[in-house]
Amino acid sequence: MKMITAVVKPFKLDDVREALAAIGVQGVTVTEVKGFGRQKGHTELYRGAEYVVDFLPKVKLELALADDMVDGAIEAITSAAQTGKIGDGKIFISDLQDVIRIRTGETGAEAV
Amino acid sequence: MSPDIIEVKYALDTFYFLITGAFVMWMAAGFAMLEAGLVRAKNTTEILTKNVALFAIACTMYLLMGYTIMYGGSAGGILPDAWFGNGIANATAEEVLASNGDIYYSGASDFFFQVVFVATAMSIVSGAVAERMKLWAFLVFAVVMTGFIYPMQGMWKWGGGFLDAAGFQDFAGSGVVHLCGATAALAGVLLLGPRKGKYTADGRINAIPGSNMPLAALGMFILWMGWFGFNGGSELKVSDIGEANAVADVFVNTNAAACGGLIAALIVAHLVFGKADLTMAVNGALAGLVAITAEPLNWGGIGATIIGAVGGVLVVFAVIGMDKLKIDDPVGAISVHGVVGIWGLLAVCFSGNEDVTLVGQLTGVGVIFVWVFVTSLIAWAIIKAAMGIRVGEQEEYEGVDMSECGIEAYPEFTGSAK
Repeated sequence: MKMITAVVKPFKLDDVREALAAIGVQGVTVTEVKGFGRQKGHTELYRGAEYVVDFLPKVKLELALADDMVDGAIEAITSAAQTGKIGDGKIFISDLQDVIRIRTGETGAEAV
Repeated sequence: MSPDIIEVKYALDTFYFLITGAFVMWMAAGFAMLEAGLVRAKNTTEILTKNVALFAIACTMYLLMGYTIMYGGSAGGILPDAWFGNGIANATAEEVLASNGDIYYSGASDFFFQVVFVATAMSIVSGAVAERMKLWAFLVFAVVMTGFIYPMQGMWKWGGGFLDAAGFQDFAGSGVVHLCGATAALAGVLLLGPRKGKYTADGRINAIPGSNMPLAALGMFILWMGWFGFNGGSELKVSDIGEANAVADVFVNTNAAACGGLIAALIVAHLVFGKADLTMAVNGALAGLVAITAEPLNWGGIGATIIGAVGGVLVVFAVIGMDKLKIDDPVGAISVHGVVGIWGLLAVCFSGNEDVTLVGQLTGVGVIFVWVFVTSLIAWAIIKAAMGIRVGEQEEYEGVDMSECGIEAYPEFTGSAK
């Protein structure tokens, strides 16, 4: 099992959700986050004076997946979230030790 | 005129005076919303407290002494004949009829119309010193400003004093109200200093964005509406064809100037900054209104649009210039009411008003500025020595809402545990 953490542009969230649903992903946890990467922040003007926006808003998705779903999910997120411009985000993949469904007590791949 | 006609005209002109006065009173709401929108959330309750309190103080001081100083007569044209008392007196029906229309409105309605103007002048000050001035220091200054500083220069012009004799033209108060308020604000800001973090040691100018643009836009529209009373009521009379036409012209020109100011400021701000800055558009509309206030009558609509548009251009560069001079004015009050107030007074020279002279206008600008600046500086300095005018660094960081009022304006935004 793998844990996929994807950080994407907020306006791409609906596209990503639809792409993941299309390949049969059962659940996603979404968090509104802020941060910076190579895109860094940017400056805005207010009444002629600059202010710096250091951290840009992004959306973080977390998915727990069985191993055979991982490649499809990466493909779905990448194609749905890509604009080709800087700041499209990243996907992080890590091993997932165990999953427990609280309602039934199922564990492992059955609980994903 | 028959007695019936005199009575109807008296009633109509009094009614017009009172209604336009009520419009001007509502400008207090406009200033309160504008300033609440352009300060940070942590300073909102305190700026609203200043706005509601200054209105009440201004009206009370004007009742106690301001109106008497300003309209109680002045034998020499410089000092008032009397300093205290409210001076409100209605003529009797016999006197009105005997005057054959020369007395055409109630004395009390005149007081009401004038009292809301002094509140407007004081409202201008609160925005410029926002986010760092002590509440009670500000209110003490309001007592001096509305009881003494404003009425004195008001008497010099509208009370028949030496500025009026010098030919100074100021129909509804680009100078007497707006330049006066802005000058008092400038004196206060110079003694108070900029907000912490506005100007850095290495010379950068930091933006401190306002917290609530909907309130700023609402405040602009409330002021815009109130201004029809401010300028329209200053015609003082509506009850014959000539006066009714003049009032209609004043309304049209006032509206046109606001539009010209807004459009000009929006375009200039976009050209200079690259984006359409709403706060500059708001300042532009108000600048147009200030610019037309000295002479809202003698323009044919288009002329008023141009006068307002010049005001709108001026205000954008004035705001930038004030920042370069490190004069920190969170709402742009000194630029809108001071810089553009002077423009409005000088623009009277182009209006076709036959009584105006450039010398007379410059005299008015100079006298009002010097009088208000010097007396305000002295008043602020005394208050500073006696009780301090600036909150502590920690209070400023945490917001004056908590340190001065103990109430947050938007508690659900600020993480209080509930």
